[in-house]
Amino acid sequence: MNFLGYKREYGSVGTRNYVGIISTVVCANEVAQAIADKVQGTAAFVHNQGCCQTQIDIDRVNEVLIGLANNPNIASVVLVSLGCESTNIELVIEGIKAKGKWVEVVVIHEIGGAARTIAEGCLIAQEMVHKASILKREPCPISDLMLGLKCGSSDTTSGLAPNPALGVTSDLIVNAGGTSILGEVTEFIGAEHLLCKHAKSKELEHKILDYVKKMESRAMSVGCDMRGGQPTGGNIKGGLSTIEEKSLGAIAKAGESKIQEVCEYGVKPTKKGLVVMDSPGREPEILTGLAAAGCNIIAFTTGRGAPQGFPFVPVVKITGNKKTWVKMRDHMDINLQEVMDGTLSIPDAGKQILENIIETASGQKTKAEVSGYTRSMNIYTVGPII
Amino acid sequence: MTIDAIILNKLDNVATALRDIKEGENVKIGLADAETGRKLSETISYGHKFALKKIKIKENIIKYGEIIGCATEEINAGMHVHVHNIESLRGRGDIQSGE
Repeated sequence: MNFLGYKREYGSVGTRNYVGIISTVVCANEVAQAIADKVQGTAAFVHNQGCCQTQIDIDRVNEVLIGLANNPNIASVVLVSLGCESTNIELVIEGIKAKGKWVEVVVIHEIGGAARTIAEGCLIAQEMVHKASILKREPCPISDLMLGLKCGSSDTTSGLAPNPALGVTSDLIVNAGGTSILGEVTEFIGAEHLLCKHAKSKELEHKILDYVKKMESRAMSVGCDMRGGQPTGGNIKGGLSTIEEKSLGAIAKAGESKIQEVCEYGVKPTKKGLVVMDSPGREPEILTGLAAAGCNIIAFTTGRGAPQGFPFVPVVKITGNKKTWVKMRDHMDINLQEVMDGTLSIPDAGKQILENIIETASGQKTKAEVSGYTRSMNIYTVGPII
Repeated sequence: MTIDAIILNKLDNVATALRDIKEGENVKIGLADAETGRKLSETISYGHKFALKKIKIKENIIKYGEIIGCATEEINAGMHVHVHNIESLRGRGDIQSGE
């Protein structure tokens, strides 16, 4: 099975071909967004980090920005810096150049204000887009897919239809030699013993349990029942009563494959196959983490109808809730209500998702892309804002 | 086979409604290829759970064959099972702090 992708010089394959306009710090977001709004063929990445944080988080911001810039859906990069942030710009540039990727930086303090920086950034971006547009899509095997797995705005239908179906899809991609990344460690709580059965080694099992312990301790450290936050108010309205119930439905997305690697947030895996990544369940942070890890496509299951997409990675929405399919149809890509009705099997539903993923990877737009609902992004940090 | 609710594992003591069900309705409940019937004593919304048998206070709630929490009060068969009568056993900072 093939899809039509953009072959990058460094070996990865893109499903999109954007010029990334990447803000290096929260304070440069306006300029980055303005450049992207003006120049067709660009995608902005803006976030709330990059300054007044402890070193552990600054290191993470540096790494995640490099990861995002090196995502195969990005042809070249304009970094937008204020000029006084903690983000290490030289390090970020070096990390992008290491891939042989064209990167330029515009610094607001040096150029002198927003208007002039926007103008200069636009001129660079226009040249980059023009050059990027020369690249044509070519047939690529589905082993070149790196699929991000996500569920959000879940209800009980999520664990019954779209999540197990996506598990089948994930297995099909993994068996074909591709990669699939499961994050949302919060949603391992209460189901980690089942997930650990899929770990390839004891070492990976311990790593998964350690991530769960850290995530649970963080939730417990505030001294209250996390219910209402996890599961969310919407999850509860949808019939999910506890985090354990939500988790048992959520891990079905990972299918039956063996876990080959367990990665830190936003880090590109070194192995193919099923990978677990440390991350919370909230949309902006996990979508960003999956993109920074190199995912060229994301499959996102939802019960109540999550509309969020990401600036430069297509996010395919899958629901099994017939009410959501009708009411939120402008945001949903795949309807699996037949699974709930008992007229479509989970394996067939998984194949249906794979077909959509191949079409989307080849250029078919997602509902999130056509509706412009693509700004769900932020870097997950663990320390305080100081 | 059209069913009104589903049991995901034979160990489960709750079922999930596949449509909005009114109090007093007799419903068909599926477990794999088998089917049972039950009268519901409360209105259950689409996607919500109800008890398949009497569940004692502190008894575990089982769905997918796994523990999803425990009962905070006695729950009779056919009653709605949700946040008002069950609680999570995980991430409980309130219990940890001894409150």
